[in-house]
Amino acid sequence: MEDVLLLNGREQFVRQKGERHQTLPISCGAESVAGCVSQRACVYCGARVVLNPVADALHLVHGPIGCASYTWDIRGSLNSGESLYREGFSTDLRERDIIFGGETKLAAALDELIVKYRPPVVFVYSTCVVGIIGDDLDAVCKAAAEKYGIPVLPVQSSGFVGSKSIGYQTACDVLFNLIEPPKKTMILRKRPVINYLGDFNLAGEAWIVKSYLKKMGVDVNVVFTGDSRYEEIRRAATADLNIIQCAGSMFYLAQKLEDAYRIPFLQVSFLGVEDTAESLRKIARFFDESAIIRKTEEVIATELHRVTPEIAQYRTALAGKKAAVYVGGGFKAISLIRQFREIGMEVVMVGTQTGRREDYEIIGDIACDGTIILDDANPAELEKFMLTQGADLLVGGVKERPLAYKLGIAFVDHNHDRKHPLAGFDGAVNFAREVYTTVCSPVWSAVKGGVSRGDL
Amino acid sequence: MEISEPVTQQSGTMQSRSIAENPCNMCMPMGGIIALKGVEGAMVILHGSQGCSTYMRRHIAEHFDEPVDVGSSSLNEKGTIYGGSSQLKTAIDNIRKVYNPAVIGVLTTCLAETTGEDVHRIVEEYCRERGVSREMFITSSTPGYGGSHGDGYWYTLRSVVEQITRPAAPHDGVNIIVPITFSPADVRAMKQTLTAMGVSFTIFPDISETMDRPYKTTYTKMPTGGTPVAEIRKMSGAKATIEFGAPGEEKKFPGTYLKDTFGVPYHRIASPIGLAQTDNFFALLKTITGKSMTAETFAERGRLMDAMIDGHKHAFAGRSTLFGDADLVYALAGFTIEIGMYPRVIASDSRSKHWKEAVTALADGSLEPVTVLCDTDFATVRRESETAGSNIALGHSDGKYLEEHSGIPLVRLGFPIHDRIGGQRICSVLYSGTNRLLDTCVNTLLERKYRSYRKRMYDQYFPSSRR
Repeated sequence: MEDVLLLNGREQFVRQKGERHQTLPISCGAESVAGCVSQRACVYCGARVVLNPVADALHLVHGPIGCASYTWDIRGSLNSGESLYREGFSTDLRERDIIFGGETKLAAALDELIVKYRPPVVFVYSTCVVGIIGDDLDAVCKAAAEKYGIPVLPVQSSGFVGSKSIGYQTACDVLFNLIEPPKKTMILRKRPVINYLGDFNLAGEAWIVKSYLKKMGVDVNVVFTGDSRYEEIRRAATADLNIIQCAGSMFYLAQKLEDAYRIPFLQVSFLGVEDTAESLRKIARFFDESAIIRKTEEVIATELHRVTPEIAQYRTALAGKKAAVYVGGGFKAISLIRQFREIGMEVVMVGTQTGRREDYEIIGDIACDGTIILDDANPAELEKFMLTQGADLLVGGVKERPLAYKLGIAFVDHNHDRKHPLAGFDGAVNFAREVYTTVCSPVWSAVKGGVSRGDL
Repeated sequence: MEISEPVTQQSGTMQSRSIAENPCNMCMPMGGIIALKGVEGAMVILHGSQGCSTYMRRHIAEHFDEPVDVGSSSLNEKGTIYGGSSQLKTAIDNIRKVYNPAVIGVLTTCLAETTGEDVHRIVEEYCRERGVSREMFITSSTPGYGGSHGDGYWYTLRSVVEQITRPAAPHDGVNIIVPITFSPADVRAMKQTLTAMGVSFTIFPDISETMDRPYKTTYTKMPTGGTPVAEIRKMSGAKATIEFGAPGEEKKFPGTYLKDTFGVPYHRIASPIGLAQTDNFFALLKTITGKSMTAETFAERGRLMDAMIDGHKHAFAGRSTLFGDADLVYALAGFTIEIGMYPRVIASDSRSKHWKEAVTALADGSLEPVTVLCDTDFATVRRESETAGSNIALGHSDGKYLEEHSGIPLVRLGFPIHDRIGGQRICSVLYSGTNRLLDTCVNTLLERKYRSYRKRMYDQYFPSSRR
């Protein structure tokens, strides 16, 4: 790593598998180094990402206009029926509110909005300044809740109190508080019922997964939080099992539900053909009923039969290409390493914004020798390692895309604002197709002519 | 023409609402970043929480399709309580190490302003401690609650001239100061036109290259281009300043500072969109420099008039909603009135009574009643547009909300454009840019007409007895 420019304080966040450095565990979960141009966001972002897909909720941002403006309807979470979550509400704090306090304005905003939209639940997000000016968010929310007889929940998400992960945790606490303890009289069900945690129904991904589960004979009570409703969330404690996809955001909630209501949980991933099939089997094994196991195998067989030929075509075209991955959470990074192998590619650089120690241990195990592993990387490091590792492709979000393109590197968007599903068997085809579309585009050879101005 | 007051909103006053439903504007540091991206060799650091820079980088990157590196002091709880000067200093150290910028702009956020961080003092301290020149830094106060992104843009430009411009010998140059909604393509068109005329000028800021970089085989972290600091330094000696924008609070504009401090004659005029507004620019330029437009530009003017005639009946069928940045909306008001695509709703982020008065005066030339909205949000724009029967909207891509919910087709221009490619390459200024905008507006109206006329005629005229 000596030949690479790393800022002071960044050394322990970068490792290369198979080198002596790897013997030291990678650091993660720490604060970003000031001025390092981190790709991370803030506590508010984390809380907002997790809660926003609750479709019938009213989401009110208490703060200056920017925080609401940058998050208004930018995500690809789809909904069925209810669409209140797509509206962007802000108390739009101004200078005089900062001086005299924003509580009156917040209370007035709640009055106006609750009367106008009659939501079953309201989330009120605090932003950086709210924590500083001393607004009593809890008290204002409590008063509104009493006045209107609906839950009005403060989401303490002042941006500076930590990273996005703290925001996830805050959101999980808020969700947990909405969940009602199960009633003593248990209803006998014909089919098992589960909660699906950590899917935000981007481009209908949760609907895809739910369709497999339905065919297997498993019902989903609620998805946390893609296309979810307040009433479903309340009932979550009655589920037989929780499955978690995005562990970074939802592991904490699963654990709380296990502690409080003894609901067991399984970690799953529906990214890639193998992970999807294995996750479905894992769920079937948990219930250990022959009918479910049989139907699960039927679902898998049917789907594999349908998607394998198309994926195989892409695999032929992509074999031997190298991928770089820089995503938000660890579960996605781990799944992507496996998913690239399905299409004949190796991951040569992998990093996350908010991966957990457990995630990095798995990444260290499954990555191939020489892979660069990064926590909380910045554009300079991404540029450096994509080039030195010879990546043909980067998987990332909107901010990373122009960098990849400027470096002449293909790009797959795996962020929350995409418009096509990447989960399940259909998603695996979409993913392989997108990788093929970007890596094998004729544009790259067209622009890599090395022509100087004097040549023409 | 009759100006109707909007139903629910206090217009043109500083009184703030208790709620914004679907924001029509962004916050001050956003404008500050874009302003500084047009200064040669400049990097930007936001003094605040990590999220601010990330959100804004995302927003800017998606519009321009360019890497947008912006540092953050990543203020945490400790820095918020005990002061964030050491975090800001570390941020400056790290930005210098990785990017080696000629200039560093330090912008505040609502967090830093609320906790009373004095970035001017911290930067001075930094310069003393590290032995670097204060001239390397531009500091600007851009609290998120202080105004919109447009305000942040103008305040930051003003900070740049306040801190960089020095007394200079009089020279032949003209200062051309452009608003935030000038795309890289707009800036390029302006530069080409002035260069062809033989006018000596300083365009400020200049994002034509920095935010629309040509593809090269090797990548550099710092883009080339931007207004050179040496030129900004000498803006004091220019023959005049032409600043494109809407009337507003004068004290925030850089041209006002250059006039008040160095006596540079100051002209703030509408952006050159539309025939009359572009004519006005060239007439002013001739008065200042004695130079006329080139034959080629004059031919473009003729072609624009030809296109205005070709499209006039279609344009006249358009009733428009103009929304977004005060400067752009003001120029579009002049343009749409000129082509008969009369605005029914004119809505902006401006909190200035000067803006409202100016737009209202412009609307006197309209044959249709118009609702003028200041400091507004999309829920209000939507409601007023539906009431007024608008059938076309002009503005940034958040106007897709009007398209999706009210069926009002959107002509995309300004910032940000997130749901289409090429926002950075949209040219809407001068005669040829106006021509492109005119064609786009007319074609948008035609597309709607052709898509529906068969059914409409059938429903209206085919005897129901024979259906």
